[in-house]
Amino acid sequence: MTENTRTIIIDGDEVTVPQDYNLLQAAEAAGREIPRFCYHERLSVAGNCRMCLVELVGAPKPVASCAFLVRDMRGGPNGEPPAMRTLSPLVKKAREGVMEFLLINHPLDCPICDQGGECDLQDQSLMYGRAGSRYAENKRAVEEKYMGPLIKTIMTRCIQCTRCVRFATEVAGVPELGAIGRGEDMEITTYLEQSMTSELSGNVIDLCPVGALTSRPYAFNARPWELNKTETIDVMDAQGANIRVDSRSGAVLRIMPRIHDEVNEEWISDKTRFVWDGLGRQRLDRPYARKDGRLTPIGWDEALDIAAKKLSGEAARIGAIAGDLNDVEGLKAAKDLFDALGVASIDARQDGARIGARDGSSPRQSYLFNSTIAGIDQADAILIVGANPRLEAPVLNARIRQRWLNSDCQIGVIGEAGDLTYPYEHLGAGADVLAGLPKKRSGFIKTLKDAQRPMIIVGMGALARPDGAQVLRAAGELAKVVGAVSANWNGFNVLHTAASRVGALDLGFLPGEGGRDTHAILDGAGKGEVDTVVLLGADEIDMERLGKAFVIYVGHHGDAGAQRADLILPSAAYTEKNGLYVNTEGRAQLALRAVFPKGEAKEDWAIFRALSARLNKTLPYDDLNALRAALIEENPVFGQIDHAPGAEGVADFDPSTLGEAGEVSDAPLRSPVTNFYMTNAVARASKTMAECSAMALAATRMQAAE
Amino acid sequence: MSVRRLAKTQPDSFAFSKDSEAKVAFWMNKYPEERKASAVIPLLWIAQKQDGWVSEPAMREIAARCAMPYIRVYEVATFYTMFNLEPVGEHLIQVCGTTPCWLRGADGLKAVCEKRIGKKGRGNISADGKFSWEEVECLGACSNAPMVQISNQDGDFYYEDLTPEALEAMLDDLAAGKTVEHGPVTRRHASEPVKAKVPVLEDAALFDGSAAKAAPLPHSARPASKAKPASKARPKAADAKPAAKAKPAAKTPAAKKPAAKKPAVKKKDD
Repeated sequence: MTENTRTIIIDGDEVTVPQDYNLLQAAEAAGREIPRFCYHERLSVAGNCRMCLVELVGAPKPVASCAFLVRDMRGGPNGEPPAMRTLSPLVKKAREGVMEFLLINHPLDCPICDQGGECDLQDQSLMYGRAGSRYAENKRAVEEKYMGPLIKTIMTRCIQCTRCVRFATEVAGVPELGAIGRGEDMEITTYLEQSMTSELSGNVIDLCPVGALTSRPYAFNARPWELNKTETIDVMDAQGANIRVDSRSGAVLRIMPRIHDEVNEEWISDKTRFVWDGLGRQRLDRPYARKDGRLTPIGWDEALDIAAKKLSGEAARIGAIAGDLNDVEGLKAAKDLFDALGVASIDARQDGARIGARDGSSPRQSYLFNSTIAGIDQADAILIVGANPRLEAPVLNARIRQRWLNSDCQIGVIGEAGDLTYPYEHLGAGADVLAGLPKKRSGFIKTLKDAQRPMIIVGMGALARPDGAQVLRAAGELAKVVGAVSANWNGFNVLHTAASRVGALDLGFLPGEGGRDTHAILDGAGKGEVDTVVLLGADEIDMERLGKAFVIYVGHHGDAGAQRADLILPSAAYTEKNGLYVNTEGRAQLALRAVFPKGEAKEDWAIFRALSARLNKTLPYDDLNALRAALIEENPVFGQIDHAPGAEGVADFDPSTLGEAGEVSDAPLRSPVTNFYMTNAVARASKTMAECSAMALAATRMQAAE
Repeated sequence: MSVRRLAKTQPDSFAFSKDSEAKVAFWMNKYPEERKASAVIPLLWIAQKQDGWVSEPAMREIAARCAMPYIRVYEVATFYTMFNLEPVGEHLIQVCGTTPCWLRGADGLKAVCEKRIGKKGRGNISADGKFSWEEVECLGACSNAPMVQISNQDGDFYYEDLTPEALEAMLDDLAAGKTVEHGPVTRRHASEPVKAKVPVLEDAALFDGSAAKAAPLPHSARPASKAKPASKARPKAADAKPAAKAKPAAKTPAAKKPAAKKPAVKKKDD
């Protein structure tokens, strides 16, 4: 037993647990299950459901185990270790009593409740409740509350655990939910029933232990036991949240978070959670070719022939731009094909971000979130440059907020002054503020210098602009000056917005020698210097700039790219293929197929493999495993699944040499994400996201009017 | 108690009056900057005193002053039933209907209110806008039952020892804009005995020990025989008393003196 641990007796078994555990955690450490409704590991302790009552030996009555610390336990009169019982008749009776009270006002509508089958109350009443009911009186009924297009409420079912209130206040940072009234009349609502303005609001659906808050888009769609559950990776932002995709007969019916403490804890953003209806709309399910100005369905054979013909032209007059949702395998196959064809004008940075280089001149650390997402929990000063993490990576933003709540961590922002759910010091809007920071002596620079583990987070808003390389240098110099890079800490971070970006940079899906980058390809196409442009799911570029070029669109949604395309090769969305994604930390994660691609669509790598055969440049792999083997051989990082490098190799990393020296403009840094709900083709196809977007826009307009 | 909701019609805006502002400043001063939220209940009360009720714009104004989210103020205002969430009459009459008042005739008061004002309920304002009434639980003035509390711009006062006639007269006066003196309508002092004089404290026997009786303790280990000395002692005291009484009557005033002094001495101790 050390100073921080204590030996206690649980049901006669001696266990040694940390002093700051509560009894519930201690009991779990000893392998006992304690029923609970209001207690949640990641929220503050409320202690109001009373379901976790245990018997504390020596205490006159049962205690709520979630609200009693091991430290506060008292030993026996003769120096015996403190003891608690979780299986005694007293505990059983206490649980039965609490359960009976909870059920007094809970409707018996499980057959029509969406939570049925995965309901804490259902499960626990089965395990810990009495067999029957003694309550013959009327139950209370509560009016429904409106909480927006995502959350469906049946408030009669609410047991007032207040998890949702605590989540909104603590994690999401939007104190809009509350408990009004008192006693029997207590009700959970938002202020005047406005919809929640959080990007994380969907998590209250998971938190709700009963069926009071359920998913509105998923309402009455399926029962949990009918669904195929696939554990995979999200691509809506570059955080790579771990998700579980629930599907039934070829359709994705919902998306839920998986717990991964180092990435998304157990939260996901609303976009991640509710985008699934976009997977069933606007899909490209067969090849199309533009004939007489109209896109006409054709067969794969014909489509590949057309593509092969176009790609066998002069290599210098061909360009390729990759989008934000691509898996590494698809990009690898495409890159190998373009390399074989001698096409040097390939770029995976459709926003024109000035990061990464094919020749290895920019180290991996120059484009990674090096502190790691879990590292935010150790940061004591954070400078955010040209990013709005609330919109670009809401779950990561919640982590920053947690850090701010739990410590003295100071936060500064250069760029837009939006609501990030935590207060920060706004240092200025332009990149010149960043460049001038090292020369300053007081203010936020001092905070950064004094900090043990400072973090500088550079967003795409700072890098995806003409002077991006110079801004990168300025940020690197600042990192050097404030000592953000030390022996075991790398505080230089790039926050990506595209799920495919880091993988593409690791792969080197970048312009080769003499190749054009995104802007040059577009300019070239406009001027007629580039004849054929291949878009790999690239929808966020200005299609007008493509001029008269022949556009081959390889993607899965009929969005901007497909509209402009002359030839469409339908591919698989992220839930429809096995693929690797590398998140902003450099963590390679394996996504698994939940459903099959729509119609005749094929996986991306298979399309390029087939195309390579037509072009007589057959790629040296016939299946995904062989492709992956080649991939890992080329760059071992793809083989290190779920490994974030963090501060590895920090000794050879000099942030002050990143980018290019030069003047930075004083133009304000703007986050690339202006409309959180509409950032990619899948989201734009989703009705739910459209509703959310309309609501968010209306709210912004109201604010502007005030 | 029932579910409390905000009133359907709300004013467009709310502003504290000049007088209210002074009170707000007083309360805000009491709390340090980072604990401003502590002033939420006083501020809600000030707003209610100003308008008679707490409107939704008032809650928002108070939230801004206390640096709280709107919902937190909303929670407080809906939790405490003394905050009126809808307009009430100029005089809000709260009739105590709990047992002591009920036994002493609270039903009669309720009948008067129902006849005079209308249906029970804080928001059911009489036709002239002067009154609304509700039944409440014990207000703690049982010794002056039956009673009502009337809340208006002047404050919240108790009107006690009521009869239906007295209440009706009182309502007439209030309706006519007259002030009605609060306290017991019988004008007795506080809850002093209704009879003019109860000679309790003036009984000298209370203070010279002569009224004391030895009582056997219920669980005393002493057997009944042991009580004998006690009974022996009693005659002794009884002996002494007649002896004192046997002395000339002129002594009686002297005997009274210490009794009269005693309260005076006690006061000093207080």
